Amino acid sequence: MFPKGTKRKFSDSGEEAVCGGGGGGDQGPSAAPAPSPSPAAARTLSSSYSLQRQSLLDMSLIKLQLCHMLVEPNLCRSVLIANTVRQIQEEMTQDGTWQIMTQALAAAQCPADRLVATEVLCRQTEAAAQASQSPKPFSVSGLEEGYHSEEVVMDGDAEAEVAMSSLSPVSPQLSSASYLAGPFGMGPCWEDDEEDGDCDEDEEEDSEECASEGEDAERHHLRADSRTGEQVFGTFEIKHPAPPSDPALEELFSDVDPSYYDLDTVLTGMQSTPKMGPYDLLESLSSHGPTALSSSTTCRSDLNELDHIMEIIVGS
Amino acid sequence: MGEDAESPKINHTFLRDYVTEADVISTVEFNQTGDLLATGDKGGRVVIFQRETEPKGVSEEEVGDSGEYNVYSTFQSHEPDFDYLKSLEIEEKINKIRWLPQQNAAHFLLSTNDKTVKLWKVSERDKRPEGYNLKDEEGRIKDVSTITSLRVPVLKPTDLMVEVRPRRVFANGHTYHINSISVNSDGETYLSADDLRINMWHLDITDRSFNIVDIKPANMEDLTEVITAAEFHPHHCHLFVYSSSKGTLRLCDMRASALCDRHTKLFEEPEDPGSRSFFSEIISSVSDVKFSHSGRYLLTRDYLTAKVWDLNMDKGPVETYQVHEYLRSKLCSLYENDCIFDKFECVWNSSDSVIMTGAYNSFFRMFDRETGRGVTLEAWRENSKPRAVLRTRRVYTGGKRRRGDVGVDSLDFTKKILHMAWHPEENIIAIAATNNLYIFQDRVNPDAQMQ
Repeated sequence: MFPKGTKRKFSDSGEEAVCGGGGGGDQGPSAAPAPSPSPAAARTLSSSYSLQRQSLLDMSLIKLQLCHMLVEPNLCRSVLIANTVRQIQEEMTQDGTWQIMTQALAAAQCPADRLVATEVLCRQTEAAAQASQSPKPFSVSGLEEGYHSEEVVMDGDAEAEVAMSSLSPVSPQLSSASYLAGPFGMGPCWEDDEEDGDCDEDEEEDSEECASEGEDAERHHLRADSRTGEQVFGTFEIKHPAPPSDPALEELFSDVDPSYYDLDTVLTGMQSTPKMGPYDLLESLSSHGPTALSSSTTCRSDLNELDHIMEIIVGS
Repeated sequence: MGEDAESPKINHTFLRDYVTEADVISTVEFNQTGDLLATGDKGGRVVIFQRETEPKGVSEEEVGDSGEYNVYSTFQSHEPDFDYLKSLEIEEKINKIRWLPQQNAAHFLLSTNDKTVKLWKVSERDKRPEGYNLKDEEGRIKDVSTITSLRVPVLKPTDLMVEVRPRRVFANGHTYHINSISVNSDGETYLSADDLRINMWHLDITDRSFNIVDIKPANMEDLTEVITAAEFHPHHCHLFVYSSSKGTLRLCDMRASALCDRHTKLFEEPEDPGSRSFFSEIISSVSDVKFSHSGRYLLTRDYLTAKVWDLNMDKGPVETYQVHEYLRSKLCSLYENDCIFDKFECVWNSSDSVIMTGAYNSFFRMFDRETGRGVTLEAWRENSKPRAVLRTRRVYTGGKRRRGDVGVDSLDFTKKILHMAWHPEENIIAIAATNNLYIFQDRVNPDAQMQ
């Protein structure tokens, strides 16, 4: 646990009860309690504060996930929750806890029955953290105790902070498959709760399953995309299925407003130019070959196939 | 349905819940004279109440039912719709109703759901012509040979009939959900605002609108702020204000440019670094903005406070009223159950001396601007009978506990007072509490000045 002394003082001010506690000041973790003006980097966090913050992050990600299937979700609410998550993530990055978490999670095994990933959101927060040179990509795909995320280390390529981790609640091996399936058809387990059961399998099975389901998903990809994007952030316009960097597709959809949450850009975590399309990312993926994904080569060939199919469908 | 002895219980529950949901009132608005009060509900219906005129010569004690509001007309304004392109339902819930200034015998109001604004004409018919020459009483054409003399048809009074007809439908103007409409003082135009854009329409033109504000970023990933409310200035037809989810207000002058993306004035309160938390931004989101009747002040409502701003000073509000500060320590729970996203409305009284806004547990708050005092009142059927005096309530937050105080933990967060209206001239307020409408009148001080 944490030693007493200075930390104790800090934790007192930060320890306003998580839910339903008394005390003054804003409830929940305060970013900078008045009595401890130490700089963020040097700040030692009480475990309760970071627990609070973690639970807040969990809660926010769940909220973004659970969107009404029938009616468009409230954009204002989604934006506010997303901003909250971004804020937490920025702070965690500054504290360095982001790093610790990603490393811990890279080694962790992923249980089969995780909740559907909220990694989509993290892509955005990733991108937001770009400015502060957040070192590693991070994705929160589970909301059990501790985080289960998959990490893909793209050496030296800060831009390619791809959430290799799953859109589907399964394995690291699945991550790249679902990643690429993402822009064109989300990880098959992403969109419907009913399909979650399919995904709760062994890790080995998942990669093949994902690939085959990915193809199925592709047929409904446009709908799936728009639905999942809407689920997360409430896209209110026709989903732009291609990355903006593709001029042919851009022309095709030039009269259509891009959706609020372009899933491909979400997944790539790109915000700054030049934008890398999923094709580019796939290439960089294969060129890097991180050890964590050594077993995902099967997936990559499937991804290539998916890619090819997608090209046909969008007619580029 | 109810034949089976076992099923009635289940059926009733189902029906009750179903009906109740559609009956939830989603907007309340008086017209400019206060004689008419319109409510919109989640089922897309509009109910208009009319104030009974007090007959002349009746003494105070005999007033009785006069001065009360009775149902004048009910109509279905919006129907549930379906966006086939996105496979999403469009709710029929009426988000806002605004009356147009009356120009002739008929009344006009604008009602809007998430996507479509409609202009309705409400007219009365209490006479009909009788004594046609060519038609008989039932309307059948008479045999010409039976007509022996000519007569002039006369108008005879009939039972009052209220007709409501849609006169304009302003569709396809918004991609996002409409949150506000506001009629301009020029009497010809109005604005409609959704999460990212504000359009200006002419009341007679339905196939075109001008986009006057567009805050949609080129890259939707950069979206961090949305429009939450907008209103035209009550006197200056070129000015309007809109509020954002980041707690800022922007005053725009349409004379400056066609697209008012650049504000004329930005009203923002500097953040207090000492009280910053992860919820700071959420609770600073402005849920409602209203110009004072004078046009000099702005009233805004965020989650915990109501603020009065002077149009001439953009550095910060001139007055801040704590609506339910005791919730500050509960923000995490309120975030969890989504109550933190509730959008409360706020209103001015006719003389701009009192402001009112809603809270939880069927409570609503009134603040006297001169004294700064606030009072908590309750809109709950069990505790109030017709003509009973509203007693003030208190939420216990420490110190000596009085009888009748309500503890913070026993507040009912499902009973929220989000929508309300204040009569434009008198001290009459209309409070919407879920599917009930409460109308309170100040008999002691019926006119504007509060005691």
